[in-house]
Amino acid sequence: MIRMCAPLLAAGLYCMSALQAAAVEVEAAVLRIDYQRLLPISRYDLKAEDLGFAGAALADEDNNTTGSFLGHTFETQTVATAPDGADAAMDALLADGVKLIVVMAEAEDLLRLTKKAAAQDAIVFNATAPDTSLRDQGCNANLLHIAPSNQMKTDAVAQFAKWKQWDRWFLIYGSNPADLALAESYRRSARKFGADIAEDRMFEDPGGARRTDSGHVMVQRQLPLDTQGASRHDVVIAADATDYFARYLSYNLWDPRPVMGSGGLRPVSFHGAHEAWGATQFQTRFEALTRRYVQPEDYNVWLALRVVGEAVTRASTNDPQALRDYVLSDAFELAAFKGQAVTFRPWNGQLRQPIILYDGMITVSVSPQDGFLHQVTSLDTLGLDEPESACTAFQ
Amino acid sequence: MKQFLLATALATLAVPALAGKAFVTNERGNTVTVVDTETWEVLEEFSAGNRPRGITVSPDGKHLYVCASDDNLVRVFDTETYEELPSLPSGPDPELFIIEPSGKRLYIANEDDNLVTVTDTESRTILAEVPVGVEPEGMGMSPDAKWVVNTSETTNMAHFISTEDYKIKHNVLVDQRPRYAQYTDDGTRLFVSSEIGGTVSVMDIAEDGAPTLIKKIGFEVPGVLPEWLQPVGVKVTPDGSRIFVALGPANRVAVVDGETLEVDKYIMTGQRVWQLDFTPDNKYLLTTNGNSNDITVIDVDQEKAIKSVQVGQQPWGVVTIE
Repeated sequence: MIRMCAPLLAAGLYCMSALQAAAVEVEAAVLRIDYQRLLPISRYDLKAEDLGFAGAALADEDNNTTGSFLGHTFETQTVATAPDGADAAMDALLADGVKLIVVMAEAEDLLRLTKKAAAQDAIVFNATAPDTSLRDQGCNANLLHIAPSNQMKTDAVAQFAKWKQWDRWFLIYGSNPADLALAESYRRSARKFGADIAEDRMFEDPGGARRTDSGHVMVQRQLPLDTQGASRHDVVIAADATDYFARYLSYNLWDPRPVMGSGGLRPVSFHGAHEAWGATQFQTRFEALTRRYVQPEDYNVWLALRVVGEAVTRASTNDPQALRDYVLSDAFELAAFKGQAVTFRPWNGQLRQPIILYDGMITVSVSPQDGFLHQVTSLDTLGLDEPESACTAFQ
Repeated sequence: MKQFLLATALATLAVPALAGKAFVTNERGNTVTVVDTETWEVLEEFSAGNRPRGITVSPDGKHLYVCASDDNLVRVFDTETYEELPSLPSGPDPELFIIEPSGKRLYIANEDDNLVTVTDTESRTILAEVPVGVEPEGMGMSPDAKWVVNTSETTNMAHFISTEDYKIKHNVLVDQRPRYAQYTDDGTRLFVSSEIGGTVSVMDIAEDGAPTLIKKIGFEVPGVLPEWLQPVGVKVTPDGSRIFVALGPANRVAVVDGETLEVDKYIMTGQRVWQLDFTPDNKYLLTTNGNSNDITVIDVDQEKAIKSVQVGQQPWGVVTIE
């Protein structure tokens, strides 16, 4: 069997039995840019110091346990930096020879850092930036997206609304550029799945302090007026990427309607109460290690490094380009506690994955919803599909 | 008529204890349901500790062992009186286990700690802890009791542990999320189900116990999305001619031909079918259906579901006695 396996290994395939693979050392990094931000509306959304890094610690444990049977070792360094130190931090990692780098940054910084990494044949994993443009004309062959795109998330919400037959939407969106982009994504989702945006209003960002002792009093008086007189609608869809109003909408609308999107029922990659599909085991391991609940950013970083771990296990190499080719191939699949294997879209480097609809306490539903079909996989009903994408970097 | 009676009497003599029982763990209900395997009536439901999952019996049929996952121990019950007996240490979060034919050693998968714990059922002590891959679950044993096979759900391997020195001698990579390992009765083959990979890996086992992966069985049901075909529980008929595979949210059990290793048939069951066990006479196969809170009774000869029996909340595992 060992002899039979050798040619397979050479061909980049994996060997099955009595595997005595050569030692492989895998060095990776997580680079996180910490931006100046106002406080979130809810204290539950305060960012942990080790946000994302905690996912890396768990992934290293998982990968090293598996690696111990194959002679593979994994080590991930974590770097947090202010925006003006990001380039130097990336340079330092690349100078260190690190070629597998998970980045937690906004789109513009992510793209700039990816160009640096690509010049050294390194692979970047996008753990947080949701911008659909990064999967479209702005794609990069060395950039793989673990975080779901805005379009995947808004499609996940739209499918659920369709399933509920909540076909008439009241879209309320913020005035910042990220809010406008998210609103545009909801409009595309509405067109894609045949929902009608019956009413469409901007909620101007007043700036300044968002949380004060009397905040709720003003909110309770103001929001009903702001949402009065809207055309008949079944559901309110909130596009508030900057988190300044959507969390206030539930219970404060003029018409009593459910809220989805940035408030109410939210599309997330993961959350700390998710239990289905063996996720309880992930939660207990994460909590034992970190003494806190998991956030989507932690999960995304864990998943990025598990993608690396699974590729190293099967392909027995630490060469970043070989790993990239493997994860983009049909052979790659990974269990991620979401009920089906996650894989990559080989034409734009986006990880296909179910999106969880979360009400702040429990998993309410998971998209894709029943009945949304696609010729490749139902997961491709979420987000940009190949014919719609202007990405050519992967051809 | 006389002849018929005589035949019945002989059958009775051959199999003295006719009133068989099935024990079902209810993961969310924290109970075990006892079902009469002749009348298919529920006889009893008793408390079994927190999050009971894996379940088995001692070879003499007298002691029921239950993995009480959230109590971090194995609870033991008398199969006649349902009285609780002294517990066994299991290591943290026991999920599934297998007992050796002598009844002495229990091999337990500790899901949270990446260990297989070996417990002596007589002295109630831990004999060994074997480090395995991430999220160990499935536990199979070779008929000669020389090997225990553990599957690790996140590492995606079958680990072959020697029962002589508790060392891992072989590791075989399989598809995503391996849940269960089952040898044929003659010990020449091993089946490992991969829930997310959607396959059952088939290994030939050499005389020295070394495995060779020979095939992966896939599943396909018209009208069911491929991602819902999630193999979990596996049982093989004593002659090795048929393999039954529970397919989770596809709500079906596949019947695989032991010769060709092709799927012959799919049998509809309750919802989210996970674990399986034959009745001791191998006439019936029972399935636990976690989402419909019942078990399905399948007639093994006819390959037909003949009955479903309501049990407790979220049934997980099942074991039968004569």
